[in-house]
Order: sequence, then C-alpha cells, then structure tokens
Amino acid sequence: MSSKIPLVPENITPLPALKENEGMLSWVSSVDHKQIGIMYLISTLVFFLIGGLEALVIRMQLAKPEFDFISPEVYNQMFTMHGTTMIFFVVMPFLIGLGVYLVPLMIGARDMAFPRLNALSFWLVVFGGILLYYSFLTQSGPSEVGWFAYSPLSEKPFSLNKGPTYWALGLLATGISSVASGLNNIVTILTMRTKGMTMRRLPLFVWMILVTSFLLIFVIPIIASAFAMMLLDRLLEATFFTPAHGGSAILWQHFFWGFGHPEVYILVLPAFGIISEVIPVFSRKPIYGYEFVAGSTVAIGLLSLGVWAHHMFAVGLGNVANLYFSLASMLIAIPTGIKVLNWVATMWGGKIWFATPMLFATAFIIEFVIGGLTGVAIASVPIDWVTTDTYFIVAHFHYVLFGGSLFAIFAGVYYWFPKFTGRMMSETLGKWHFWLTIVGFNMTFFIQHFLGVMGMPRRTYTYHDFPYWGSMNLLSTIGAFVLAISVIIFAWNIRRSLKHGEKAPDNPWNAWTLEWYTTSPPAVHNFDLVPPVRGRRPLWDLAHPDQPDEPNAKVVV
Amino acid sequence: MANNKMLVGFFVASESIFFVMLILAYVNFHGTVTDGPTAVNSLNPVRTGIFSLFLLASSFSMWLAGRSLVTKNHFMMKIWILVTIILGVTFIYGQASEWFGLIDQNITISRNVFGTTFFTLTGFHGFHVCVGLLMLSILLALAMFGDFKGPKSDGVECISIYWHFVDGVWIVVYSVIYLWAFL
Repeated sequence: MSSKIPLVPENITPLPALKENEGMLSWVSSVDHKQIGIMYLISTLVFFLIGGLEALVIRMQLAKPEFDFISPEVYNQMFTMHGTTMIFFVVMPFLIGLGVYLVPLMIGARDMAFPRLNALSFWLVVFGGILLYYSFLTQSGPSEVGWFAYSPLSEKPFSLNKGPTYWALGLLATGISSVASGLNNIVTILTMRTKGMTMRRLPLFVWMILVTSFLLIFVIPIIASAFAMMLLDRLLEATFFTPAHGGSAILWQHFFWGFGHPEVYILVLPAFGIISEVIPVFSRKPIYGYEFVAGSTVAIGLLSLGVWAHHMFAVGLGNVANLYFSLASMLIAIPTGIKVLNWVATMWGGKIWFATPMLFATAFIIEFVIGGLTGVAIASVPIDWVTTDTYFIVAHFHYVLFGGSLFAIFAGVYYWFPKFTGRMMSETLGKWHFWLTIVGFNMTFFIQHFLGVMGMPRRTYTYHDFPYWGSMNLLSTIGAFVLAISVIIFAWNIRRSLKHGEKAPDNPWNAWTLEWYTTSPPAVHNFDLVPPVRGRRPLWDLAHPDQPDEPNAKVVV
Repeated sequence: MANNKMLVGFFVASESIFFVMLILAYVNFHGTVTDGPTAVNSLNPVRTGIFSLFLLASSFSMWLAGRSLVTKNHFMMKIWILVTIILGVTFIYGQASEWFGLIDQNITISRNVFGTTFFTLTGFHGFHVCVGLLMLSILLALAMFGDFKGPKSDGVECISIYWHFVDGVWIVVYSVIYLWAFL
C-alpha cells in the first residue's frame, strides 16, 4: 500500500459494498457513509427498544397508588437510563446517522469529507452506549440521579455507586463523537456540494443539519468540560460542585443547561428538516418560504444559546435574570411559529397524499404545536414556579421530543426506507403503526398535563391515592402499552419489509432532491452521473425542462 | 485540500469553548477562597512567566517552519520543527516542576477550589501541549523520512494552526491565573 491514502477514496477502489460483500467485517471496517448511516440507524433502533422497555417499567410502577412493582432505587435507575438513552443514544444518533446517510447524496457528493472520522464518530456512540449500560453490571447498578445529574446528588458523598461515573464517561465518549460528526458535516456541506448546488438551493434537511452541526461543535464542549469536572470530582476528589468544600452546585446547573437547552434544538432541528422534505413532496408543491425556513433555523440556533436559565427559575437567580430568560425563551416561539406557518402554507391548496410518511409529518405539526404552546406557557416565570418538577413538564417535553422529534423520525424512516433498502415498507402496517402511535401517545401524555397541574411531582417513586390520581395514571400506563404495541408493529414492519417488501423504484414518491436520482439502494459510488443542479428541485427541473423552478438559472456543466 | 485546514479551524473553535468553560469555572471561584492556598499566596508569576516565553517562542519557531516549507527549504523546516519541540518540552518541564512544587506543599486538586480549578485548567492546557508535541514529533519523523518537501502541506499547516491555538490559550490562562492575581 502506498503511504498516501486519499481521504476520499476514488471510485476505482470501491469500498466494501452493500450487495457484493455482506460479511460482518465489511460493515465493521466500513468507512462508507451509507453503511455507517445504516449502522447508526440500527443501533439507535436497539437503544430505542431498550429505552422503551425502561419507560414501560416506569409506567408499570406508576400504574396504581402506593404500588411496589419495583424498588425506589430501581425506579430512579429506570428514569435516569430512560432519559439518557432516548436523548443521547436514540434521537441524537438517529438524526446524525440520517444526516450521514443523506447529506452526501443530497448535495451530490461521493462521501463525507472525512470518511474515517465518520466511522470514528459512529463507533464512539456504540462504545459510549456500552460504557453507559455496563453500569448495570456493577455492584449497585446504574446512575440514579436523573439525566440532568444535579450536584451535589451526583457527587461522591451522595452517590457512592459507580453509576454516575460510567454515565459521565459514556456521555463524554458520545460527546466527542457528536463534535466529530458536527465538524465532518460542516466541512462536507461547505466544500463538497456538486456544481450548481448553491447554499440557496441546498435541500432544507441539509440546512438543518448544517445549523445543528454548528450547535454541536459549540455546545457539546460545554457539557464535555462539565463532565470532565464531574469526573474529577468523583475520581480525584476535586471540589467543583461540592458546596461543602467551597464548590458550587448552581455552577453545574448553569453548565448543564448551557448545553442542555441548545441540545433540545439539536434534537429537533433535523426533525424540522425531515418535515420540510416530506411535506412538499406529499403536497406536490415546493416548500412555501424556503428562505424563511432556513433563516428561522439560524435564528433558533442563535437564540437557543441564550435561554438556558429558564430551566432554573426555581433556583432563585433574581428578578432581572428571570425576566430576561423568560422573554428570551418566548422569543424562540417566533422563528418556530414561522416554520409551522410555512409547513401549513405548503400543504394549503396542495394535492395532499396521505401515505404513512405524510401522516406522521401532519401529526408532527399538531403534536409539536401542543408541546410548543405549553413551552411558551412555562417560559413564563409564575407558571413555571407552579408547574416545575411536576408531570406538566413531563407532558410538555414528551410532546416536543416524542410528538416532535420522534414523529419526524418515523416519517423519515417511512420516507427514506425505500432508498436505504430498495424495498417499500408495508403501508397497511404503517397505518396501524401510525394510528396506534397517535392513540397511545396522546393517551399516555395528554393526561399528564392535568396530573401536573394537580401537583403530581415527577421523578417520584409513587404517590398517594388522591382523588382521580390512580385512574389517570392507569390511563397513562395503558397508553404506554398501546405505544409499545405500535413500536412492535413498527419493528415488525421493518423486518418484514426488508425480506418481503415490494421492490422500490428509484423515486417511489416522485420526490425532487438528488438522493432520489440514484438507484435504490444507491450504488457504492452513489451516482454514475450527478444531474445538473439549476434550482431547488433538480429532479423536477429534469422532468419538466419546459417549466424549471428558476427559468433564468445558468446551466452549469 | 482546503478541507483539512477548515476542519482544524472549526475544531479549534470548538476546543476554545471547552477552555472558556474551564476558565469560567476558575473565574467563578476567584476570590471565594478565604483560607488555604490561593493564586496570590502559592504561585510564582515570574518563574512561570519565564517558562511561558518558551511557549511563545515556540509559536514563532513553528511559524518559521511554515515559512521554510513555503520556500522549500527542507533542512531548515526540520530544524525549526525540532526547535519548536524543544521549546515546548521546556515549557512542559516548567509546568511539571511547578506542579510538583505545589504538591510538595500539599496544594493538590482536592485541597480547595483554588487547587481544583488551577490544576484542572493548567492540566488540560498541559495535556493539549503534550498532544501537540506528539504530533510535532510525528511530523519531524515523517520529515526525516523525506515528507513535506513543500511548498504546501496540510499536515504541517494544520498542526501549526493547532499549535498557535494552544499557545493563544496559554496567554489567556496565564493572564487569568497569574496576572489577575498579581497586578
């Protein structure tokens, strides 16, 4: 082998192929963005099932008052691991993995800018997950201090078990992975676009990945430094977050939410991207107000950096701080509202085709707006003081993370599955999945708004038999099991469609972005020939040369 | 490829946030220590200042290595990389001896918040210098085998960006820890 290995291998030396070489080694050693993307998606599905099981255990324990289905310690471990898993090992890596698969295809590139760095990013997520879950094998089990790991609870005298140490190490590994993939995405998007693919013609999903990547590289270091400090506290008896030794517990909260709030936009911006791809295609109209969707994303990204302390109204930071953070948080509703308006305006007057991806995308708008509205409500300090640490908050963030991110993820899976695998997913099973998800999700979480307003505290092992609390919680638990059934149908649909699904054409949805130009699944080298890009919808221009999106665009050869 | 330099540029930007957080932690606890060791009563700004000059000089020699690369003066490039490594190692020696001196007086990371923030901040910086020295050594070894004939090399230029960054961070760290305490 020559000493100079090109960073982006040429087509003449093909990488391990999907079809030609299906051995395990071809996957483990792969640096191909499509194989890495698929591995991302598969591992997040596994973590999703684990995190879902943890949620079921939580809901079982809460099914009736004064229940002792599990011990309080196990309950604490379950909600800690559920939150950590769903955020860091399901939604984040899913969206990053989807980006890894789609971004090069959407911009007409051969691969990511740094294929080996890409592989490193993926494997770090896997090893981070193993580190996190290894804590189940330690003597006293995993971390019991919540996904937010507030000090001093997460500190030595209060958490003597090794759980929080493994937790911080695992998340540090995934954090490094996220920064690496953010850097990789930025360079790929900025430098590897095909001719004619200007920033103003970039598919919106790619725009969202770009903004998310900037958030990743600037906010992950915040939590990485906090994890480093927490580990120093726990392993070398440093005193960052131990008030008893001169440290500050509030400092942890500032650091954690300084990362934690931009993090929720990391979790939802690529989801907005999926929705912005699906809705135009299934409404048979170009997106309404492209510039506003892209521009409002940048605005959200910037605003998200300055609102962290709305998670800390109960701390008592003083009126000035509370006022600022309250107003700044409410400001975010404006760019987010612009997006919702754009999606609805795109659907307005369109020829809407309610295939499963579109069902999930439409439901996304409704559920996400509910979550957004409660979000604006609790950005107001007095309302937050009443609802903080109650099930109202749990309901709120499940509406944005499940009703938002996860619904978009489902839409994305149904939309791009034909491209990934060359087979269609079953529409019948898809519809069952969709309706059971809608019923199960709203049954589980809508009732929690009321439980929260009635004062039921979150993160609490059990509750007294107050009027209606038992029946409302039981309803929520039944909803969780309906959700579980819907997830089983989803997993079964994937398995069945992989083997027996209808063969997918190259462009089953008549979509317009470049990934649908290549074969399904794409060839190892992605494109034999990248079509000319002379508008936002290259495949539309190709099919309708007489009425292109930008009639005056110069043809770039 | 310009890609590599762009990657290092954004990486350095990301890293600078990491250091900003460590510095914020130091600043947050500055002046909260009422008894026990503090920057004022346990550090020697002059001695560390002299060792800092070695690190500053190493940035200059690295720049000269880059100049030699452009003018295709392979021999001088190797010399300047070697000089950079020697200056960097000298700085690390200064850091190490300062640490051992403090630890001898029982000033450690677990003693109080000053110890905690001081050792964390200088430790992470020292770690970055060591990583830089490792990369420079690899660079020198490859140059010995005949690589980097110039006039361009992403390897040399990227490591150079990183090295200047590590140097720049130290200027801030030195100002915050030493100058703030003694001026």
